[in-house]
Amino acid sequence: MKTNDVIMQFTAKLVFFIIFFFAVHLFFAGHYTPGGGFVGGLVTASAIVLLIIAFDLKTVQTILPINYINMVAIGLILALGTAAFSMFTGKPFFTHYYDYFNLPILGKTSLHTAALFDLGVYLVVVGVTMTIIQTIGEDE
Amino acid sequence: MTTFIWVAIIIIVLSIVGLVYRLVKGPTPSDRVVALDAIGVALICLVGLFSIIVDTSFFLDIILLLAILSFIGTIAFSKYIEKGDIITRDNSR
Repeated sequence: MKTNDVIMQFTAKLVFFIIFFFAVHLFFAGHYTPGGGFVGGLVTASAIVLLIIAFDLKTVQTILPINYINMVAIGLILALGTAAFSMFTGKPFFTHYYDYFNLPILGKTSLHTAALFDLGVYLVVVGVTMTIIQTIGEDE
Repeated sequence: MTTFIWVAIIIIVLSIVGLVYRLVKGPTPSDRVVALDAIGVALICLVGLFSIIVDTSFFLDIILLLAILSFIGTIAFSKYIEKGDIITRDNSR
């Protein structure tokens, strides 16, 4: 029987962007308010899971051509590189740096290297969750 | 004001008890899925009322997160009831 689920697919297209921007907000708000890389990664993965449920695995692989295992590797390299960078300048392992910059649109902002480490955590969480879900979903 | 908030909390907890009764007793799986969705909405109300009581705005992210997770969980359950599997490999064939 051929079913027609146009309402679910249209809602998923709209709600995907709301969930994804909420995940970006959670990621960047992690320094001063609750949130951070782990929760942001899980919410991003749940947004992609919503697309997979509304459509199917092949369509989502076509519109988001991401190799999630490479994503885990990139995240681990980013986290380890951020932690090991201070060893080459004579400081202990995991020393972080921060400074205030005048960005063109945002004005005076404080940029911290902990955000790069958090980006590594984000990529690893998204990659691991999507690898697990895709591997289980492809099983017949 | 605090008495009003506590009365509202007690009413919502009683409604959760009624929903748990429907969750345990419900004759079909669809009744249980709708009861779980309504329990999620009642939990959102409880988090909002508790964030008024402890006077903080840090719980407001949790409200949005609970709404998103409840929505995705309900969609996954209803697709399982309708089609028999949650994740299909190829929808066109």
